[in-house]
Amino acid sequence: MVLESNIPEGPIEKKWTNHKFTSKLVNPSNRRKYTVAVVGTGLAGASAAASLAELGYNVLAFSYHESPRRAHSIAAQGGINAGKNYANDGDSVYRLFYDTLKGGDYRAREGNVYRLAEVSGSIIDQCVAQGVPFARDYAGYLDNRSFGGAQVSRTFYARGQTGQQLLLGAYSALARQMETGGVKFFARREMLDVVLVDGKARGIVARNMLNGKVESYAADAVILATGGYANAFFLSTNAKASNATAIWRAHKKGALFANPCFTQIHPTCIPVSGEHQSKLTLMSESLRNDGRIWVPKIKDDKRLPQDIPENERDYYLERQYPSFGNLVPRDVASRRAKEMCDKGFGVGPSKMAVYLDFAEAIKRVGKEIVKERYGNLFDMYKQITAEDPYLQPMRIYPAVHYTMGGLWVDYNLMSTIPGLFVGGEANFSDHGANRLGASALMQGLADGYFILPYTVGNYLAGTKFETVKTDHAAFKDAENDVDATIMKLMNVNGTKTVDEFHREYGKVMWEFVGMGRNKAGLEKALTLLPKIREAFWKDVKLTGEANDINTELEKAQRVADFLELGELMARDALHREESCGGHFREEHQTDEGEAMRNDEKFAYVAAWEFKGIGTEPAMHKEHLVFDYVKPSQRSYK
Amino acid sequence: MKLTLQVWRQERPESKGRLISYGVNDVSPDMSFLEMLDVLNIELVKKNEVPIAFDHDCREGICGSCGMMINGRAHGPGRGIATCQLHMRHFKDGDTIVIEPWRARAFPVLKDLMVDRTAMDRVMMAGGYVSTKTGGMVDGNTLLIPKPIADEAFDAAACIGCGACVASCPNSSLMLFVAAKVSQLALLPQGQHERKERVESMLAVMDENQFGSCTNTYACEAECPKEISVTHIARLNREFIRAKITA
Ligand SMILES: Cc1cc2nc3c(=O)[nH]c(=O)nc-3n(C[C@H](O)[C@H](O)[C@H](O)COP(=O)(O)OP(=O)(O)OC[C@H]3O[C@@H](n4cnc5c(N)ncnc54)[C@H](O)[C@@H]3O)c2cc1C
Ligand code: SF4
Ligand code: FES
Repeated sequence: MVLESNIPEGPIEKKWTNHKFTSKLVNPSNRRKYTVAVVGTGLAGASAAASLAELGYNVLAFSYHESPRRAHSIAAQGGINAGKNYANDGDSVYRLFYDTLKGGDYRAREGNVYRLAEVSGSIIDQCVAQGVPFARDYAGYLDNRSFGGAQVSRTFYARGQTGQQLLLGAYSALARQMETGGVKFFARREMLDVVLVDGKARGIVARNMLNGKVESYAADAVILATGGYANAFFLSTNAKASNATAIWRAHKKGALFANPCFTQIHPTCIPVSGEHQSKLTLMSESLRNDGRIWVPKIKDDKRLPQDIPENERDYYLERQYPSFGNLVPRDVASRRAKEMCDKGFGVGPSKMAVYLDFAEAIKRVGKEIVKERYGNLFDMYKQITAEDPYLQPMRIYPAVHYTMGGLWVDYNLMSTIPGLFVGGEANFSDHGANRLGASALMQGLADGYFILPYTVGNYLAGTKFETVKTDHAAFKDAENDVDATIMKLMNVNGTKTVDEFHREYGKVMWEFVGMGRNKAGLEKALTLLPKIREAFWKDVKLTGEANDINTELEKAQRVADFLELGELMARDALHREESCGGHFREEHQTDEGEAMRNDEKFAYVAAWEFKGIGTEPAMHKEHLVFDYVKPSQRSYK
Repeated sequence: MKLTLQVWRQERPESKGRLISYGVNDVSPDMSFLEMLDVLNIELVKKNEVPIAFDHDCREGICGSCGMMINGRAHGPGRGIATCQLHMRHFKDGDTIVIEPWRARAFPVLKDLMVDRTAMDRVMMAGGYVSTKTGGMVDGNTLLIPKPIADEAFDAAACIGCGACVASCPNSSLMLFVAAKVSQLALLPQGQHERKERVESMLAVMDENQFGSCTNTYACEAECPKEISVTHIARLNREFIRAKITA
């Protein structure tokens, strides 16, 4: 299989404009004859569904949530990037492009990343027009803050609730289309299969979570905007229900999965407090604008942090990276925290934490300003830990947060299945091996507002469609498969709950496929993970009925898919004999412990083809070409 | 800690529900309330019983999915938090905790603690937006919004759509939720052109969906996890009068 990225010809700053010009258009009066199914109504899905409906297409939107406003995007805290140079500090579209490509450790496509930077400014304008209450200064201008991996201030924010405000903006645009009938929204529907007719994506099969009915929906194109798969690790900062089912089932139908091992570990999360822990809570990266990270210079220091004098503290990021300091990219900050704890300098009851200290900021700008900037995060921290970060430093530790990998897509965001598009965190497109902070919101909205509406139109205009209805055999087959899997799960009647399996799996993933990876560990994971998968199908226990609201059955379906995906993540990590971004192979590091890439051998996207459960998948390579930015060793010194 | 839970169990929307008593042992004060329910649910499944259904997702107080009456209070004891942010350190050994779903005509129970809140979406669809289309917008900085106004709009926009205001209101009114949206958009220049239609239409759809009317008890503000102020209701009332006299 040849992976055609379909990057347009021409100089990088002209590619997107040229592509839009040469794309085929659907005549406005013909648009309502086309149906587009959008699965997922987070930032990427809601913005795509609303924009396509505004253009006149007939849109069906699906979510397992009761309302689009509940999507995981709502939880994003820190902000959204845009290369507007409002701060007059030397930012530009080109710099945002450069920073993103470098931040991703040169494992993304130049063409895609440039387009992302190019449309970033329009996203802010769009959101402002919708009434998103971004932070402003006293004169009324939009305010910016800094995020890791950049030396300019280009992050727009709405207190610590940027994702909420952006999603409510996209949701409001969607609500307007729901009112006019342009979008039909199907709540509490979980997509369980994509349906192919003549090799093209022509619809989906979903379970109605209120009554268990398995329903079919036909369409001319399908967009998956179903988010990331960080919950493969069980403990992550993702919402509890976030899962890989939609993309995994599409993968099993033929869509290639790209760079599955590229996961992001976020450096600043509240540490695990016990076995009952159900998820982890992020403390936004924006805190590193004012918070200083340190550990005591002596091991196992029993003193309270406020009693440890300045000269007995090791501000290790400031020491090791004088120019970026506490604002090094996430992968670097995470690895350094782990290293400090592994060496025995960790703090708190578990010793698996470092301090994030605001004492100096409070002295410098005052408690009021600190409160205004981060008040909700401080409150959140206090509720969870019963400690007051205004009085003592936070304790933080890295946690799984985001997945750069996802379904392989070309420049049009179309997967290897014609007519199956993928947007937002669900695709692999723009972040390479490491995503910079505040860039996921940017990418999700770029895909949904400004890219998919063009590229889906181009596909529809250029494709001949036979009429396909849900009585087609392909739908019946998919429904039968879905039903069979559900009944199989219901009938195992073993002894262990879904959560127990998920937790056990997650521990193996975290230990061997987490922050530090090596050959022996990954090989071990590849023997342990299949055993857990097999045990699950023999011994999982579900109660209740399939034709009713059944939260255990919902979880079981999602976990069953994670149990297959985890293996692919480990396999991909094992094959990639280099360190890049969030993928750190302990065998491949510099003397100073920095990631060591191998551009000669690994400057490619690894796109995996499904060959059956427990059967080795086939890998296809898309070689990455760098015409504008010369890959170099990332340095944040 | 050892606790006794009295949990509302209801199989289907049309079936009759009842409180069932469960004992839970080994509750750690660091657990969240929902983690405590997770532990109970694992036990129930192992005993071949159906686990308690409840909505939840982000578990950090922002998605608005979770919501229960805990000892008669929406989201339980503690101010400015959603159910998922409640930790067991607020309870003590031997306590009995009564857990029930939101109760309102507009929020029919689906199962156990899960209710149908889609009526809130219908109210939003009636005008909780600025009628923009994607593309062709002017630069964000051409629209100046001084910080105090941006901040006040944000305070209103912080609503998570959980429905605790309805659950805590003796009239099951959705007024605080509607007021938050109306107020946000009335404060911002973007929302000016549709002010009149918005307030009228959202209130009309609120009535159609069987929410009660507001009699200023302020129970909503006391239980709102985002501490949305009732001053927004006052602004809504002004918006409504303004809409009527400019009719
Ligand atoms: C705590 C936290 C903070 C973050 N902060 C930031 C930040 O400050 N800046 C930033 O840029 N990024 C941030 N991120 C990352 C960012 O929020 C996400 O990457 C982004 O919101 C993902 O958006 P999405 O639209 O792709 O998916 P999601 O928002 O996850 O939406 C997925 C949608 O798909 C639906 N869905 C999924 N599967 C199915 C199925 N099978 N059937 C039906 N529906 C389905 C869901 O119901 C939902 O509607 C943060 C992430 C976390 C976890
Ligand atoms: S106003 Fe408060 S209580 Fe009501 S839905 Fe919004 S956040 Fe919940
Ligand atoms: S689970 Fe999201 S607000 Fe409680």
